[in-house]
Amino acid sequence: MDLWFTEKHTDDVNFTIRVKKQLYSEKSYYQQIDIFDTYEFGKVLVLDGFIMLTEKDEFIYHEMVTAVPMAVNPDIKNVLVIGAGDGGTIRELCRYETIEKIDMVEIDEQVVKVCKEFLPQTACSFDDPRLDLYIEDGLKFVRRKENEYDLIIVDSTDPFGPGEGLFTKEFYGNCSKALTDRGILINQHESTYYDSYVDMVKRTHRRIGSAFPVSMVYQTHIPTYPSGHWLFGFASKNLHPVYDLKAEEWKKFGIKTRYYNTELHKGCFALPNYVLDVLDDCN
Amino acid sequence: MDLTQNNAPIYVKCDVNSMKPLDNLCHPVSVIKDAEMLAAEAFGAKHAFFIVNGTTAAVQTMIFASCKAGDKIIMPRNVHRSAINALVVCGAIPVYVNPGTNKQLGIPLGMSVEDVEKAIIENPDAKAVLVNNPTYYGICSDIKRIVKLAHDHGMLALADEAHGTHLYFGDNLPCSAMAAGADMAAVSIHKTGGSLTQSSLLLCGDKVSEGYVRQIINLTQTTSGSYLLMVSLDLARKNLALNGKELFKKAVDYADYAREEINKIGGYYAFGKELENGRDFYAFDSTKLSVHTRAMGLAGVEVYDILRDDYDIQIEFGDIGNILAIVSAGDRELEIERFISSLSEIKRLYSKDPSGMFDHEYINPIVDIPPQQAFYSDKKSVPIEQSENMICGEFVMCYPPGIPILAPGERITKDILNYIFYCKEKGCFLTGTEDLEINNINVVVNS
Repeated sequence: MDLWFTEKHTDDVNFTIRVKKQLYSEKSYYQQIDIFDTYEFGKVLVLDGFIMLTEKDEFIYHEMVTAVPMAVNPDIKNVLVIGAGDGGTIRELCRYETIEKIDMVEIDEQVVKVCKEFLPQTACSFDDPRLDLYIEDGLKFVRRKENEYDLIIVDSTDPFGPGEGLFTKEFYGNCSKALTDRGILINQHESTYYDSYVDMVKRTHRRIGSAFPVSMVYQTHIPTYPSGHWLFGFASKNLHPVYDLKAEEWKKFGIKTRYYNTELHKGCFALPNYVLDVLDDCN
Repeated sequence: MDLTQNNAPIYVKCDVNSMKPLDNLCHPVSVIKDAEMLAAEAFGAKHAFFIVNGTTAAVQTMIFASCKAGDKIIMPRNVHRSAINALVVCGAIPVYVNPGTNKQLGIPLGMSVEDVEKAIIENPDAKAVLVNNPTYYGICSDIKRIVKLAHDHGMLALADEAHGTHLYFGDNLPCSAMAAGADMAAVSIHKTGGSLTQSSLLLCGDKVSEGYVRQIINLTQTTSGSYLLMVSLDLARKNLALNGKELFKKAVDYADYAREEINKIGGYYAFGKELENGRDFYAFDSTKLSVHTRAMGLAGVEVYDILRDDYDIQIEFGDIGNILAIVSAGDRELEIERFISSLSEIKRLYSKDPSGMFDHEYINPIVDIPPQQAFYSDKKSVPIEQSENMICGEFVMCYPPGIPILAPGERITKDILNYIFYCKEKGCFLTGTEDLEINNINVVVNS
């Protein structure tokens, strides 16, 4: 039998991978959750038909949303992670012994359960004593926080479905309030390669810019995301992601990474012109 | 899109008119009659009329069916413009009962039974009592006792239920007019019941003649009643009858949750049942999410504008001290959370010292001459700032809520002028005057 999973990247582009076995398929209150075992990418988590992570390339995403802020402010102690039900971001954060407290807010408990069962590669740090897991809406959770976190990572799904509220202006404003003066906001920022994503990237960038004095974008290569070229946002009240890079201090953490290094850190904020054009258009 | 094409959408295909098998709204004997009977049953009325000229037509029919020229009608002053318009047309004389006011919120409330009784005793010749059930802000009077008082004195009891469709279906909501025994009620099914804009129901009880009411309706109603609107009324009636209870429960749960969360933000006051006092705030309609904003140094209309321009959230209205969001079953948790979070952001970014802000929304009017006489008197246009102490010859309203600040025949006082200037400054949408810029106002000559 020849079994293939296809994700629609645009109306005219499909991304297809061969499936060994479908391990899980259920609809939670919020979304359709599927897990496939595949030949090329290992196990794959799919929400509402969109690939969230694969075992083969998840390290890129998870290193890039954690190591970049940790290298700008190695003193980060209190972290809030929104989304991230697969546990990959938590796994990376738990490698930093200096982090004292991690609050994770995931709206869909079912995602956490399923990942614990089928994706131990990422869902391996939920028992860390520094972690408190809250099953609730991120928008609601962050609204009640003030001057509390050194880092907020928005590890969300796309700007439609359950993640929609995490791309709004009020959410970024609430994040700014929840962060300390040296706080950093990292968010999943979609991609500008396909036209159908461009408006959302612009809107998101504009909204973050309205809440933070420093709002930058960096790039990553994630083979299983649409176009493979993916963006993250780095926003803060006063820290610059490159000028304030503490490369030597980060190296002292002694954390072995497969994608990230401090030279790449400097480079990933240098963006192609077609991306710059899109971002410039936001101002 | 070309509406004449064969592939025109279904709503265009519904737009037919008055061929025999489709009955005739002016004289219903078959399918429209059946649909009206189903609606009457669903709303607990003796008869229901499909209205396609807006709830305005239903309100006017209630007044025309109760009063002739010179007859008195008892009503709160915070009625919708359609009620006072009806007085201009038919020449009935209003006996205003001043609504209670909440000083902190600056909004008009309902009528206390005592005040209605006083008006009835002082005007035993009045023909009817009109009640807002509820007001735009969701505040209800004790309609059961008011209906009984009216009936005990030989008057009809009428209800403007433009904002009250859900009262017929939800649990733990204030009493509906028909349940209270009222004689007629104008119900905007299109506002909270899901029918198309401009469609509405006029409900009647036992004491009024269905035939006479239909004659009154036909005085002003189109003879080409829209089947699109009628079909939407029929479908909305079905949905309300089958699912209404559940839908409005969801709306109340959302609104109650939002009230609790908004009050936790601090600065705002999302008011509710705690203000019920057995008098002029007899009952509260929990589907209305009214939030007092003035304590944060922001006019309601300013918050309303920021929500729309900066946060892509369109709510019902903002006035001087409050905003109103109407929560429906069509909302999702996301919309509710976004609304609350945006209010929290607006507080963080825009709140300021509230001193010096206008603190009252409702000013009791001084009625010098009846609305019809004033409207048809010789009038002249004067710059609004020079109109103090003259008698107004037209309406001035903020829209929404569409409750007149000035109605024809009322004295233009300094307080009212200050209020109008403040509304203009804060960006309220003022309507009603012949001069669309509201720089000039028509006043009664020799006033």
